[in-house]
Amino acid sequence: MNARLADKIATLTFWVGALIVILILGSMIAYLLYHGGKYISWDFLTKPAQAIRAGGGIGPQIFNSFYLLFLSMLITVPIGVLGGIYLAEYAGNNKLTEAIRLCIETLNSLPSIVVGLFGLLVFVNMTGWGYSLISGALALTVINLPLMVRFTEEAIRGVPASLREASLNLGANHWQTILRVVLPSAFPGLVSGAIITSGRVFGEAAALLFTAGMSSPALDFSQWNIFHPASPLNPFRPAETLAVHIWKVNTEGLIPDLRRVADGSAAVLILVVLGFNMAARWLGSKIHRRMTGT
Amino acid sequence: MTQSKISVKNLNMYYGDFHALKNVNLEVEANQVTALIGPSGCGKSTFLRVLNRMNDLIEGVKVEGSVLLDGCDIYRPEEDVVNLRKRIGMVFQRPNPFPMSVYDNIAYGPRIHGIKDKRKLDEIVEKSLRAAVIWDEVQDRLYKSAIGLSGGQQQRICIARLLAVEPEVLLMDEPTSALDPLATMKIEELIQALKKEYTIIIVTHNMQQAARVSDVTAFFLTGDLLEYGKTDTIFTKPTDKRTEDYITGRFG
Ligand SMILES: Nc1ncnc2c1ncn2[C@@H]1O[C@H](COP(=O)(O)OP(=O)(O)OP(=O)(O)O)[C@@H](O)[C@H]1O
Ligand SMILES: [Mg+2]
Repeated sequence: MNARLADKIATLTFWVGALIVILILGSMIAYLLYHGGKYISWDFLTKPAQAIRAGGGIGPQIFNSFYLLFLSMLITVPIGVLGGIYLAEYAGNNKLTEAIRLCIETLNSLPSIVVGLFGLLVFVNMTGWGYSLISGALALTVINLPLMVRFTEEAIRGVPASLREASLNLGANHWQTILRVVLPSAFPGLVSGAIITSGRVFGEAAALLFTAGMSSPALDFSQWNIFHPASPLNPFRPAETLAVHIWKVNTEGLIPDLRRVADGSAAVLILVVLGFNMAARWLGSKIHRRMTGT
Repeated sequence: MTQSKISVKNLNMYYGDFHALKNVNLEVEANQVTALIGPSGCGKSTFLRVLNRMNDLIEGVKVEGSVLLDGCDIYRPEEDVVNLRKRIGMVFQRPNPFPMSVYDNIAYGPRIHGIKDKRKLDEIVEKSLRAAVIWDEVQDRLYKSAIGLSGGQQQRICIARLLAVEPEVLLMDEPTSALDPLATMKIEELIQALKKEYTIIIVTHNMQQAARVSDVTAFFLTGDLLEYGKTDTIFTKPTDKRTEDYITGRFG
């Protein structure tokens, strides 16, 4: 009787907890979409921003966000995956491993504004690149790397030991086993890890203010020579992202339709992040099903 | 006297402080089936894993004594463990096919060992699947995932996968414990057929199975090898009272 009552109370507590979380998140998303959703239009999504006049869009900012994301993932994923493989497969229980883990934890809990200032010193000034996509991408890599390493390590540790043993039993060496059995089995986890990390980066502003910069040159979307200053693909040009744009418009915006741009951008941002997370789940389970053939 | 295929001498094995195998001495002859029996936790799986150094993967494991394969100690420092595992392969208690197609499962080993020629691989895959008596059931679905097969089929895929690398010794850890009687019978027939070419060591909890398939039986009790000899003798005139109790089910 007592045990059953305790069970009921525990269940109720968990339900209430979950409900509170859902309510807070749900109302935030609803609030942003309600205030910003009505401003989203094709024009808004494609036109360039205005400095003082009304009617600006967020086209280049959206492009910059995605391109920056792509550049940073290009650096983050290979390094992160290699690091995760090392920690899961090769690192012993020793001082070095402990030190590495401590570094990763610390890096992970670093406020992003600190990463931004570090980026300003190293990626912007020391390299002489100035505010640029590449500096921003490197700053984002600093933020992302710990997460990617951890996701990879978890995905690899999740691969059943029986598969590993089966491979070793056939006379495969450690590296062959990792490459042909462990990584393919961990692949769905790696993909969702990469996408979830992407979503986090997409909303990042503080680390980018002083690395990728707060402005975009006039972009010529027909210029595909990546070294041309007006080329959207030039990694050495400054690039204001959507999140940075929201921050800038809200803090120092001079445009008369400030609310429209800020709220509309926020709605777009949250939709994209939501999309990322849903894509991660969907893709992860789809790949898993395809690979296991079930 | 001819040389044994595997000769275990004064073997002691520890998981950290836990003494899991106590001074085991055992000779395994080529082309014979040796059955390992004994109550749960007595060290049968541990013993199998010592034979192809799968325990190297577990931290804190210590092995003393010697294990000779064709007269060569597999625990000597310069032993090539990867090559050793190619010569001594294991079939696990639970079928563990790779999440790949049937074909890729079987071709995995040969590919690892450098065979790339498609026709050669086709040949090996068919030969191995036939040898494991599973060819008829999967020949139409070679390129579909092996995960979709039944437990008994998966286990024979695992055996075929092992045969494809042509090991000399097959270690089988309760290969039929997850299978129904029909699938079990097929595996037992398979073992009888395979012993012409391979040396087989099989762990089983099923006394009838040990009696049916093995030539030699070894009885383990809490890390000790209590008794071993011809299966007929062990099952009809065991010398140790505990062996008799265990075999007749009067144990504990
Ligand atoms: N990785 C390990 N670390 C520590 N102790 C272990 C480990 N693996 C097995 N043991 C211990 O070693 C002893 C022998 O285990 P083993 O798995 O060899 O038994 P078994 O005879 O195969 O039993 P079963 O018939 O249940 O499979 C057991 O007491 C077990 O608890
Ligand atoms: Mg066992």
